[in-house]
Parts: sequence; structure tokens; C-alpha cells
Amino acid sequence: MERIYVLKTYKLFIGGAFPRSESGRVYAVKDFKGKHLANTCQASRKDLRDAVVSARSAFPGWSGATAYNRGQILYRMAEILEGRTDQFIAEISALEGANPKAAALQVEESIDLLIWYAGWSDKISALDGSTNSVSGPFYNFTIPEPIGVVAVFAAAKPSLLNLVGAMASVITSGNTAVMVASEKFPLPAISFAECMATSDLPAGVVNILTGVSSELAPWAASHMDIDAIDAAGLSPKVLKEAQIAGVGNLKRIKTPPNIKSPKRILDFMESKTVWHPIGI
Amino acid sequence: MIIDGTESSLRAYLKTLPPVDEVGAHARAAMLATRSIKTTSKSWAIDMAISMVDLTTLEGADTPGKIGTLCAKAVRPDAMDATVPSVGAVCVYNDMVKIARTKLDAIGGTSIPVAAVATAFPSGRASFAVKAQDTKDAIDAGAAEIDMVIDRGAFLSGRYGEVFEEISQIREICGDKAHLKVILETGELVTLDNVRKASYLAMLAGADFIKTSTGKISPAATSPVVLVMLEAVRDYYSLTKTRIGVKPAGGIRNTKDAIKQLVLVNEVAGPKWLTPKLFRIGASALLNDLLLQRMKMRDGFYAGPSYVTLD
Repeated sequence: MERIYVLKTYKLFIGGAFPRSESGRVYAVKDFKGKHLANTCQASRKDLRDAVVSARSAFPGWSGATAYNRGQILYRMAEILEGRTDQFIAEISALEGANPKAAALQVEESIDLLIWYAGWSDKISALDGSTNSVSGPFYNFTIPEPIGVVAVFAAAKPSLLNLVGAMASVITSGNTAVMVASEKFPLPAISFAECMATSDLPAGVVNILTGVSSELAPWAASHMDIDAIDAAGLSPKVLKEAQIAGVGNLKRIKTPPNIKSPKRILDFMESKTVWHPIGI
Repeated sequence: MIIDGTESSLRAYLKTLPPVDEVGAHARAAMLATRSIKTTSKSWAIDMAISMVDLTTLEGADTPGKIGTLCAKAVRPDAMDATVPSVGAVCVYNDMVKIARTKLDAIGGTSIPVAAVATAFPSGRASFAVKAQDTKDAIDAGAAEIDMVIDRGAFLSGRYGEVFEEISQIREICGDKAHLKVILETGELVTLDNVRKASYLAMLAGADFIKTSTGKISPAATSPVVLVMLEAVRDYYSLTKTRIGVKPAGGIRNTKDAIKQLVLVNEVAGPKWLTPKLFRIGASALLNDLLLQRMKMRDGFYAGPSYVTLD
């Protein structure tokens, strides 16, 4: 007798759990030939709101953890991803139409990128921080600090690499993230959420939504509790609308060009300058 | 008169109460929780919920300063928006009553009552003399509402007369100076049958309100418990023509939960109970979420916790 293949239900990743969309909506994901591959949740603005609430509540713990600890957890994600390489190769090949070799390369690059950003966690403040000369008896120094809750609209191809790079660059400094996966290639994002759920990552530090970016972007842009947006996955038109809607809380909206760059980490950090009297 | 005041008549009456269908109560509460309240109804519900909040702080670390800011928030929950109604009451420990009363009077909150938890809150483990003095103190300091706890140990051992006697005596001390809310601490009563029994016992002993919990024990105000209590006040009204209030407290943290409670009130006890005089919600974190939701309805975009006060 032929065995019936058990299909996977792709769900959202919010606050460490895997809920369905509160709206009950799903949309069809097609493979590169246009054939139906799977159904995935179409997140609503309320899912976005819930994700922001959990990201915000995870922020004090995550930004307060030692940089070393954050790096260890990112490293752990890489370990878990390494062990599940095959699954990602299959998903990437089906979605992006990449040949298995190219797909394998993308997964390897993603793993290496995680390690790379893990290393930056305790070095970024040395790169960007400074002691400043001032005309008075003060120590004056500037350090970069995480900006808060960052919404990420991940760019499309290469889908896993873009998602992993954007995620790691945002959270390595202590931010928490609400990520909207690429609309066309959402499956690796949700599978990667399963890696994160088993990597000692505290609940809520990364939340992943799948759905229609142009539907969620205006709500993210006007949301007063999102501090910055990585808009790499937004079209120029939606990006412009987001920039207008984002002025309410002077939201920082960036489209960092390189997936692998310390500049990318700094895009979502703020500088704090401290004055301390000398001799006290 | 339902009972003549003796323990035997009370016992006999409580025995006549039908048992609660636990599965049915859970199912009905869950079904009512699926109601979707939108737009104008939601705006109305949010404002109604705000006016029903007993804004509460019951911490060992409470200070006069904290009580002061709580009172300011009670009068004007959203400093940026004068159209937000004031809350139902401020609920504090005994020694903070005077501070709260003075502060409220000074900032235009004369109409907001101060509720004091009394009778050795939250455990209720003290001699009656101490409980009585606790209550008197609070009333003398200006408390217009007394939230007393019942002796759950006595209730669970079946010493209903003792519990009844204690409530009646506290009722007497309150006189016409203070409203009496009786906390059943349903988390410790275990079954819904006990919740129904304790509700009737409290109402017969003279409670103006029956309140689910102290907020110190989990589970607190779960929907089936509130449902059973609302049924009790509804049925008690048909027996005596007296409307007793209900106050869920503990575990109601967001707007969705609060609106679910209002739906329960409307569907079980009826719209007559949709007033702060007969329904209160004991909470602290809830108010901020109600305000955030109100801002969202008003502005059309999501606000964040940095736009409401820290408690």
C-alpha cells in the first residue's frame, strides 16, 4: 500500500509559539513552476500587533543579556540550522527554482552568516563606540545601543540568506524583531522559526509573520511601538507610503544594501553619550 | 426571608441549590467569548469598561507617592484626552485609604470612592477582633467600599454558619457608610458548585457585591466562575428584588478579556447590570490596555506602551 505523505502546516511564529493567523486566512504558495506547493498563514494587522507586543516584552531581557550570551544563542541557531540543511535545500529548490547545489550553497552561506553576526555581538560597540575629547574635566564616551523593536520586511531571493542575515543583524545588538517573510518565498522562514524555537532564543525576541507585505507595511509604519523598519522587501511605492506613515514616532526606515555588513547592525542602533566627571 | 439567620436554615437552603453543570458552564462561557464586538459598540464597551475599573494596587511596596499617581490616573486616565471617563474606584490597602481619599479630593476626584481591602486580606487568617478593627479603621479613614475576604478554610470544612456570621458582622460595621464586597477567592473553592454556594451565602449575609478573587491566587476570575456568579445574582434578584453586584478581579489584563466580561454580564445577568454600580473589574494593568485600544480607535494607528503612564 502506498503511504500518504504527511503535509506540514506552516504557521506563524509569535512569542515563541506557532499560532495560526487570528484572521483565519491562508494563501497558496506556488513553486517556481507555478504549481501549488503549500498553504501558509496570511497574517493580519492584529497578528502584527500581537507580534509587536511580544517583541516589546522580550526587549528588556534580550537587550539586558550579555553580548556574549546573545552571540552564543546566534551560534546555537547556526548549529541547529546545520543539522537541518536538507529540508532547507528542498524548500529553496522548490520555491526559487535553484538547483540543489546552489540551494545548498545558500544554506551554507546562511549558516556562516549567522556565525559572522554572532561574533559581532560583543565587538560592535568597540567598532562604533568612542571616547570623546571635551573641553572640561569629563570623561565623555559614546556607545551604540539597540534601538528597540525593529520590523523587518525581508527581501525575496535568496530568501533564506536574506531572512537570516536581516534577523541576525537586527538582534545581535539587542533589538527584538518582528519579521515579515518574503510573500513569494515564506516557507524557509517558517522552517527557520522552528530552528529558532529550539535554539534557547527567549520567546518573543524574533517573531515571524507570513503574508502580504503591502498590507502589513502601513500598519507597521504607523505603529508607535515599532522603532525602526528594515524595508528591504518593500516595493518603492509601499516604501514611500511607509516613510510618510512612519513620521509619527520618527521611525527609522532603512533599506540596508548589503546582507553582510557591520553597517547593517549600526543601522538599527542609537548612540548614547555619557558625561562623567574625572576624579570622582 | 429566604432563611431565618440560623445555621441550620442556611445549611438547608444551600442544599436546595441545584448543582452547576461544569461542562455546560465552560461551554457557554467559551461560546460567549467568541462574540465579536466592533466599531461603535467597541468604543462604547471600552469606555464602559474604563468606568468599571477598580484601579488597584495591593503591593507590599506601595508608597504614598505611588498611591498619589494612581489617584491622578483614576480621575484622568489619559492625561492627553479629557473625554476618557474616570474609573469606578481606587482600591488600596487599609493604611493607604486616607492618603488616597485626600489626594482624590484634592484633584477633583470627590466622586470616586476609595475601596479598602479588609479582614486580614488576602488570607483572612486573623481573629475576628482584628478583622473587625481592620474594617473600622478603613471606614474611619474614608473608605466607602470594603472588600472583605471570606474564611475559605471554614467554608471548605462546611462551617457555613461561621462564614455567614463573619460577613453579617462586617456588614453591620459597614452600616450605611460603606458598600460591602465579599471576596470568595474562587481559586481556592475548587468547584463551581462551591462558587454558587459561596455566592448565595455571601448575598444572604448582606453583601452588596460578590467578588471573585484577591488577585493573589491563580486561577482568578475565569469566565465560567464569573458566569456562575452572574447567574447567582440574577436568580437572587428574582427571589428578593435586590440587585447584587459582581466584581471579577485578577487575570483580566487586556481589552479583549474585559469586553468578554461585559458580554457575559449582558447575556447572563442582563443589561441592567451594565453599570459601574453593579459591575466592577478589579485590575491594574488592564487600564493601560484599554487606553491603548481607545487611542487606536481614535487615531487609526497602533499606540505603544510608552504613550501611557507606568504603574
